[in-house]
Amino acid sequence: MDFAFLSSIFTQLLKGLPLTLNLGVLALVGGFCLSLILNLMRTTRVGNALASAYVFVFRGTPLLIQIFMIYYGLAGFGFIRHGFLWPFLREPYWCGLLALILNDAAYTSEILRGGLRAVPRGAVEAGRVSGMTRLTVMRRITLPIAVRQALPAYSNEVISILKSTALVSTITLMEVTGIARAAASETWRAVEIFLCAAAIYLALSLVVTRLSAWAERRLSPWQFGETP
Amino acid sequence: MQADLTLLGLGPDGWGLALARAGLMTLYVSVAAFLSGLAFGTLIAWARVAGNWPLRKLAEAYATVFRGVPDILVIYLFYFGGRQVVTAIGTALGLSGPFDISGFLAGVLAIGLISAANQSEVLRGAYQAVPRGTIEAGRVVGMTRLILFRRVIAPQALVTAIPGMGNQWQSVIKESALVSVTGLVETMRQVAVAAGTTQEHFLFYAAGAIIYLIITTLSDHVFRLAERRSLRGHEQGGL
Amino acid sequence: MKITRSTFLRMGLAAIAGLAVAPATALAQGRKKYVFATEGAFPPFNMTRPNGELYGFELDMLAEIAKRADFDYEVISQAWDGMIQGLIDGKYNAVVDSVSVTEKRLEVVDFSLPYTTGGSTFVVLKESGVELSGTGAFVDLDDTKATDAAITAIAGVLDGKTVGVHVSTIQADFLNKYLADKGVTIRTYQTGPEVYQDLLNGRLDAGIASVTNISAFLEKNTETAKATGPSFTGGVMGRGSAFVVQKGDAELAGLLSKALKSMSDDGTLVELSKKWFGMVVTPAL
Repeated sequence: MDFAFLSSIFTQLLKGLPLTLNLGVLALVGGFCLSLILNLMRTTRVGNALASAYVFVFRGTPLLIQIFMIYYGLAGFGFIRHGFLWPFLREPYWCGLLALILNDAAYTSEILRGGLRAVPRGAVEAGRVSGMTRLTVMRRITLPIAVRQALPAYSNEVISILKSTALVSTITLMEVTGIARAAASETWRAVEIFLCAAAIYLALSLVVTRLSAWAERRLSPWQFGETP
Repeated sequence: MQADLTLLGLGPDGWGLALARAGLMTLYVSVAAFLSGLAFGTLIAWARVAGNWPLRKLAEAYATVFRGVPDILVIYLFYFGGRQVVTAIGTALGLSGPFDISGFLAGVLAIGLISAANQSEVLRGAYQAVPRGTIEAGRVVGMTRLILFRRVIAPQALVTAIPGMGNQWQSVIKESALVSVTGLVETMRQVAVAAGTTQEHFLFYAAGAIIYLIITTLSDHVFRLAERRSLRGHEQGGL
Repeated sequence: MKITRSTFLRMGLAAIAGLAVAPATALAQGRKKYVFATEGAFPPFNMTRPNGELYGFELDMLAEIAKRADFDYEVISQAWDGMIQGLIDGKYNAVVDSVSVTEKRLEVVDFSLPYTTGGSTFVVLKESGVELSGTGAFVDLDDTKATDAAITAIAGVLDGKTVGVHVSTIQADFLNKYLADKGVTIRTYQTGPEVYQDLLNGRLDAGIASVTNISAFLEKNTETAKATGPSFTGGVMGRGSAFVVQKGDAELAGLLSKALKSMSDDGTLVELSKKWFGMVVTPAL
């Protein structure tokens, strides 16, 4: 084992960590907002059909193809290259982030839908009867219960998005995997380098697992008899 | 850009046949990977449920690692490191080289091992959902462990596991898009080559997306059918 | 296929001819078979037809070499990412993918004689207005003084601009060594065509590639793009491209070099170069 080489690779790879985290966190935030909208759409019939179609397409195709379609595919259309969105779509960063957000929204909206279905009808009715507006019911009753229900599944999605950020290295972004690929083709010591990168992602996912276990405990006062 | 649809046709300049062949390859890789994942995942789940302390910890560590590392890195490691490992094992067994694993095998193994970690979670959850009382009842009437598994645990766990396994199958199909680095010409690689050659990026990536949608939709129906069959005789119909 | 009498006759003749020839060659040395890897996406060196068939300058050249050196061969298509690793691992015997001979690569692999003269330059969109000095001239990177002057001129124009390059190529080494610290943003791509695609899409201000590769691109895009700046050779740019073989495989390297030499001598190499590039890019060996 060549420890000097490994530690130099580690420091090199860690330089990509801010971009990996940036993409992961923003994709989750954006994906969550979009998934809320998708679930709100599901209350009307047309909206429901649209949301279903969206989820069907984005869950039924690989993220890699979505990334390529946005990055190379869209740029092939003249009206997009001359449109107002081009300053964003010109940058690989925004294309990668957009693909991650769209993909995450499809999965998160299904997780949230499962959570929403688990909200007891009685709780919502009780809120309505005591004079809460629809929005207040949403904010104080439906969402808290749904989010708690969805938490275990959602923590899996958080890990999955953090791992998915590795794919944007295919459109020239230099996050952890991008740096690893470049270093591997320069030094031809692929195995050591990819193992280092794997260790970084593993540490990230362990942190997420711990955090979500802690959050689950905090958000389940009825199970442990403590008030938050 | 005008999308020229004859490019997708079956003619001499059309990529239709190549795409169809690549779609089949995606299906082959996915099926092989899913089955090897099922075999290995069952072992892992068994170790986590019934194994002794070190075995249980080992299985847990395995699941943590393969669920925490990006699929593309696992595939890279298999592709670049596979030969070294195979050679090491071969030499240890006293066989003489040279050893190598094909792109197909490397891809199948990489996805299979990732899927095994996920499938073991599903199977473990399904086992834990089997009511304890039924197992105890089986023991009381004197069933052996094998009969208990075959006649009490498996039928009940299967019902709970099918939807989860359906999801795992879907992710295996999508993960197969990453194995093109091993030189295997499956849908993703074929689409990328065609897009690069013809400069019709949107057309070919859209075609690729449709191939994946066809595969995922058709197989989703198969799993639904299996789910309905497995629910026969359950009064409450599952939910 | 419908078998008519004449095709039947021809097949029969071929079979008899084969019988007559086969034992002779088998006796001669038990024909060797080699496996070559190429990318199949590097026009006009190597490209792929829809049916998966590989074609291009290097494929024609290889067919001729195999005939002269009397060996059987098979060409497989493989992504550039990991191609050299595959050679080191013994997945194939040689790489034929316009790989340039450099000192760094010589540490891990061996090369045959080169079959192109090499040289790399920049490519830009005409509408971008980016113009580098020294177009058409050659700059030898082993000549420090000339290199410094050329780099200073280029860096002045490209400061603040984005240049695209194919990952882990000599051109990428060149950018990293000479222009990375001069305000030039370098963007690396997994395949060569992606660089041109993003240049056309307007995401890049310039691209850098071998002169031969750029000329193939310009053939299809004369109206929109042009080559600019001097051709760099030597140093990190190496001395032309050649077959790559495993370290120490002198036998195959020797076979290839000998056949290349004879093709260079009788003008076959020049002919092939004219056919695929429209000009002479091959050296006199």
